[in-house]
Amino acid sequence: MSKETSKNKVAKLDAEGLSLKSVSLWQIMWRRLFKRKSALVGMGILALLVFVAITADWIAPYSPTEVLIGVEDVTARQAPCIHLLGCPKDQPQHIMGIDGNVRDQFSRILHGARQSLFIGFATVTFAIVIGTVLGALGGYLGGWVDNVIMRVMDVVLAFPSLLLAIAIVTVLGPGLINALLAIGIVSIPAYARVVRASVLSVREMDYVSASKAMGGNTFHILFKRILPNALTPLIVQGTLGIATAILDAAALSFLGLGAQPPMAEWGSMLGAERNQVFTAPHLVFYPGLAIMLTVLAFNLLGDGLRDALDPRLGHVAG
Amino acid sequence: MTTYILRRILSSIPVLFGILFATFALARWIPSDPCRAILGEKATDVVCDRFIHEHGLDRPIPIQFGYYLNEIAHGDFGRSFRYGEPVSKILVERLPTTVELSFSALFVALMIGIPLGVVSAVKHNSWVDVLTMFWANIGVSMPVFWLGLMLAYVFALLLRDTPFQLPPSGRLSPGVLPTSFAKAWGWELEPGFLASVVDFLARMNILNALLSRDWDLLKDAVKHLILPSLALGTIPMALIARMTRSSMLEVLGQDYIRTARAKGLPKTKVVLKHALRNALLPLVTVIGLSLGSLLGGAVLTETVFGLNGVGRILYDAITARDYGIVQAFTAVIAIFFVALNLLVDISYAYLDPRIRLE
Repeated sequence: MSKETSKNKVAKLDAEGLSLKSVSLWQIMWRRLFKRKSALVGMGILALLVFVAITADWIAPYSPTEVLIGVEDVTARQAPCIHLLGCPKDQPQHIMGIDGNVRDQFSRILHGARQSLFIGFATVTFAIVIGTVLGALGGYLGGWVDNVIMRVMDVVLAFPSLLLAIAIVTVLGPGLINALLAIGIVSIPAYARVVRASVLSVREMDYVSASKAMGGNTFHILFKRILPNALTPLIVQGTLGIATAILDAAALSFLGLGAQPPMAEWGSMLGAERNQVFTAPHLVFYPGLAIMLTVLAFNLLGDGLRDALDPRLGHVAG
Repeated sequence: MTTYILRRILSSIPVLFGILFATFALARWIPSDPCRAILGEKATDVVCDRFIHEHGLDRPIPIQFGYYLNEIAHGDFGRSFRYGEPVSKILVERLPTTVELSFSALFVALMIGIPLGVVSAVKHNSWVDVLTMFWANIGVSMPVFWLGLMLAYVFALLLRDTPFQLPPSGRLSPGVLPTSFAKAWGWELEPGFLASVVDFLARMNILNALLSRDWDLLKDAVKHLILPSLALGTIPMALIARMTRSSMLEVLGQDYIRTARAKGLPKTKVVLKHALRNALLPLVTVIGLSLGSLLGGAVLTETVFGLNGVGRILYDAITARDYGIVQAFTAVIAIFFVALNLLVDISYAYLDPRIRLE
C-alpha cells in the first residue's frame, strides 16, 4: 500500500515537473529494475557467478588442474557420481564427472566462472574506452575526422564479427589475450556509434554553448557536459555486449584459438571433449550449460536495464 | 527508387575498398617471415630472395596493394599453400554447402520464429507469451556449437532406432552419390562459365534433388540438414520471434486495426492480413542482422557436423596456418555480407517508401 502511494507521488511530481531532485535517475532505474522478474533472474545468476568466481579456490573440492590419477580410484571421462542420487558411498563424489585428463570437472567449471567474467568485462571495457574516444572525437569535431573514423567503423562492421575475430587471432596467434583483443576490436564500432549519436544530439544545445561562452576548454566540455549523456545507452549496450563477448570468446576457445590448456575455460573445455559427446556427454553438457547461463544472465540484465533506463516509458511504467 | 539504389551502391564502394585493404593489411601483419611460413623452415636465403621477388614482396606497400586489387579484379584470390589449388576453385566447391545450410537455417528460423512472435503478441502476457519470450532469451544465449553437439547426442544416440533418429554428421548417407540435375535433364555442357554455374547449383543437394526429381536423394539430404539447420537457426529464430512480437504489439495498438475490428472483420483475418503485413517490415532488418551471425555460426556448425563447407575449410586453414585461405575467405565472406546487406536495404526501401524519400 505504501509502495503504491510513493509510486503515485513520484508520478504526480513528475507530471508537474517538480522536485525531480529527490528521485534521481539511478533510483528510478533500480526501482524499475527490481520490478522486472527477468532482470531479477539475471541479477540472481550474476550474483551467483560473481560469488563462485571469488570463492572458487575455497568452494571447489579439487584444484582445477589437479590430475587425479593415483590420488583416487577414478578413470578418465568417468560419469558423474552423486551420493544423493544413489552413487555408492564408497566411491569418491564427482558431481559433474571426470574429464579426459582425469581432473574433477565440477572444480574446473567453478574456476571457469572467473575466466568468463574476466573475458566479458575486459573486452567490453577495452571496446568502451576506445569506442568512446573515437565516437566523441568524431561527433564533437565533425568534418573529415568524423568521416574517417566512421568509415573505418563501417569497414569493421562489414565483417561478420566472429569471422573478423577469427582472422585477427589467426594473425596474432592463438591465446586468451589475443582472443580478447580481437573481440574487443570487433566490438568497438557499436560503442563509437552510440557515443557519437549522443554527442551529436546535444552538441548544439544551449547549455553546451553556455559552457563554451564561460570559457570551458574542449576537454572539460566533452567529458563533463556532453559525455554524461551517453552514459545510459553505454550501460545498456555494454551489458548486452558482455553477453556477446563471452559467447564469441567461447567460440574462439572452442576452435582452439582462445584459452589454451590446461586453463579451466568453458569454451576450450567443451572443444577439447567435443568428439567424446557420444561416450561422455557430461563433458560437453556442463561447460555449455555454464556458458549459456552466464550469457543469459547478461542478456536478461541488459534487456531489463534498457527498459528501466528508457525515458520514453515514463516514470511510472515498467 | 533508382537514385536510392545508385546512392546505396556508391556508398558501399568505400566499404568494399576498406574490406580489401583490411584483409591485405592482416596478411602483411603476420609477424613471421612470409617466405618461411609458406615454403617451410628449411628454405635457404637464395630461395627466399627469389620467392620474395616473385611475389612482389620487396616492392612498396601501396604497389603491393595495387597488385592485390588487380588480382582480385581478375577473380584471383591467391592460392592455398596446403592444397596447392586456387582459392577461387575451392570456394566454388565449398560455398554451395554453406549457402544451403544458411538458407535452410534462415528458413527454419522464419517458419518457427514468425508464428511464435505473432501468437505471443496476440496473446500478450499469457502463458504462451511468457514461455515464448523465455525460450527466445535462452535461444539468443545458446552457444551454437554446444546446441549442435547436444542435438546430435539426443537425435543420433538417445533416439536411435526410433522414427526420430537423425544422422549426426555429413551431408548424405554413405554410398549415396548424387548425379547432377544437368545429367538427369540430358544436358551436355562444355566446360566454361555456364558449366561452373550448373556445377555450383548441383552441389546444393536439396536444389539438385528437386530439379532432378530424385526423391530418395531429397529425403536423405533433408534428413542430414535438419540438425545443422536447427542449431544454426536458433539464434535468428529467437531474434525473429522477439522482433515480430514487439512490432506486432505496436501495430495491433493502432487505429486502423481497431477500425477493422469495429467493422466486424474476424480477428484472425485482421491479425494475419492487416497487422502482420505491416509488422513484418522491421523483420527485413533483423534478417540482415542475422546474416552475420549465420555466416559466423556456419564455421561452428560445419565444424560440429562435419560438413565440408566454407566454414569447415576456414577452420582447417586456421589450424594448418594456411593464411592464404583465411585471408581470401574473410574477404570473400565480407564482400558477400556487404552485398546481402545492400539487398536487404534496397528491399527495405522498396517495401517502405519513407526510407527512400529521406
